[in-house]
Amino acid sequence: MSIWIEEDSKVLVQGITGSQGLFHSEKMIEYGTNIVGGVTPGKGGQTVLHNVPVYNAMKEAINETDADASVIYVPARFAASAVQEAVDAFYELKGEGTVICITEGIPTLDMLKTINFVEERDGVRLIGPNCPGIITPGETKGCKIGIMPGHIHRKGRIGIVSKSGTLTYEAVDQTTGIGEGQSTCIGIGGDPIAGTSFIDCLEAFESDPQTEAIVMIGEIGGNAEELASEYVQEYISKPIVGFVAGATAPPGKRMGHAGAIISGGKGTAAEKTKAMKKAGISIANDPSEIGAVLEQILNK
Amino acid sequence: MLFHKRGIPVQKGVHVTSVEQAVDAWNNLDTNVVAVKSQIHAGGRGKGTLYSPLDGDLILEGGVHIAKSAEEVEYFSQKIFGNKLVTIQTGPEGKIVNNIYIESGCNIAHEYYLAVLIDREEQALLVMASTEGGMDIEEVAEKTPDKIDKIWYKFGEDVSPKAIKLGESLGLEGNALDEFESSLTKIIDMFWEEDCEMIEINPMVRTNDNSIVMLDAKVSFDNNAEFRRKDLISELRDKSEEIPTEIKASEAGLSYVKLDGDIGCLVNGAGLAMATMDVIKLYGGEPANFLDVGGGANEEQVRTAFEIILDDSNVKGILVNIFGGIMRCDIIARGVIAATKSLQMEVPLVVRLVGTNFMEGREILRESGLKIHPAENLAEGAKMIVELIGE
Repeated sequence: MSIWIEEDSKVLVQGITGSQGLFHSEKMIEYGTNIVGGVTPGKGGQTVLHNVPVYNAMKEAINETDADASVIYVPARFAASAVQEAVDAFYELKGEGTVICITEGIPTLDMLKTINFVEERDGVRLIGPNCPGIITPGETKGCKIGIMPGHIHRKGRIGIVSKSGTLTYEAVDQTTGIGEGQSTCIGIGGDPIAGTSFIDCLEAFESDPQTEAIVMIGEIGGNAEELASEYVQEYISKPIVGFVAGATAPPGKRMGHAGAIISGGKGTAAEKTKAMKKAGISIANDPSEIGAVLEQILNK
Repeated sequence: MLFHKRGIPVQKGVHVTSVEQAVDAWNNLDTNVVAVKSQIHAGGRGKGTLYSPLDGDLILEGGVHIAKSAEEVEYFSQKIFGNKLVTIQTGPEGKIVNNIYIESGCNIAHEYYLAVLIDREEQALLVMASTEGGMDIEEVAEKTPDKIDKIWYKFGEDVSPKAIKLGESLGLEGNALDEFESSLTKIIDMFWEEDCEMIEINPMVRTNDNSIVMLDAKVSFDNNAEFRRKDLISELRDKSEEIPTEIKASEAGLSYVKLDGDIGCLVNGAGLAMATMDVIKLYGGEPANFLDVGGGANEEQVRTAFEIILDDSNVKGILVNIFGGIMRCDIIARGVIAATKSLQMEVPLVVRLVGTNFMEGREILRESGLKIHPAENLAEGAKMIVELIGE
């Protein structure tokens, strides 16, 4: 088992004819992802990357392919409406589905409107935006939906959830480095408004039999880590390793990610680390230690 | 200006950029008292201090002054223009004042605080209001949180019902309550339509004749929405207030924040860039910057990144930390070598490469014959650079 995405999930790519969409579709296919089609308005009827059919709209694409998930590589100014189209199509046609939005730099208020739209369509999950995506490694191939380097992943028993892209890779690399593998890895994204929260992921990992331990990586800004820690204390029995980036970040400055900002003295790494410790999460002080701390808690 | 256009009540005033214009403004406003307000993109202006940018001499306490004659307007604007204003929000370097707002006085019965922002957890707009206006709101929030009232709005929600309740809980009645309700409706519309990030009004004033006036406001906009706010941004943005290297970085598609330490960092990914700073600190060093080259940087961007880092004269060493995903390590390695050579870099350089094509990357660095110190992981890299600059 894994969470949300199976090894053989059928995946659509929105924006497949753009340079980002095309580049990453090729990488996903190389990894073994079951890409069943793409969507670019006005380019329906074409095929790309040896035989991947392109459709004009999401509803048409789902009807033709019975897709389970869709990944969005559409430029920021059009991304929110692409999310809405995908979420609505899955909801209307299947009552379920997973939409992963990779796009960075979507206006915050576009996302605020979109999140309310998604909430009204129960059963469909949005991951991101501004995230590396989600991957469920398999024995031989697997399902990689997003921009992460596939080759560092191995199938295994560690679930990984993170706000950051490259820090997720760092955590993956270290779990692989100590001989472990991953059940599913999810980047929830660094924007202030996101479709999937730490809590959603922790809840899913808790009930996934393949997952035996969790790595959770947060960063400064907001209070998602604090809320997740309260949840952990109450509901999570599996061991967790935690790390929070941004202990040295100055207040009031945005650190790359739109959401990574300490404002009014709130959202500091110290506060988040403290909350996580209190919930029984084992903290790595340095991302290079994630592997070592994980090994310790697995051997307990 | 933005408020005035939308019919949100503000005091009459004129934006000026010279002493002559300031005196003209006094004459045209036809009043017996004005506030002479320094305009910079930071809060705390009233309690700030003006210094000479040349020798750092103290010029004047306070960035906002009450003037009751043309002579006083002239006096204060002379003292303010061209000098740097240091407030709790600008940091010690302050910001040069090139703009002043001359505003008519009004008869204040009570001062309130009003702000609209995005609540990440509730995923809605949050309106905060308090009867403790004119004060530092962070202090109010800390000492008397019960004095802050909060309401939330989803997109498309009717503003009036909650606005009336909020106004009542602030003790407003009659005309003031009506004006508050219509003002808040217009402010919420403005928030959605202009892609605001925060609107903070401090103080909002009830006058002796029971009217509402937004006396001072600070509005910030979402950078991500710049593409549809080009006119507004070019009108409002004052690049002279921004840090030149941060502008250069954003033009090159890099994300850079200057810090006070002496170890420059060049990293891909915002989270890893923050973690790199943290680990440098953990091993006894001080990071000189945050720098994220992004997911798909090319040789040129890597070079620009090095230029920006080396523009900071505090930098005594550089740590490069790349986890190649989309970005291939061999490309980064070539970029590092090209930049090292063309910029005649003399500070010690530690490079950690992992991920896609990392073997080729390391090989390229080794063969270059340049004095580049390779590191296996982040902790080792951080320890190494801290040691190297300590020598």
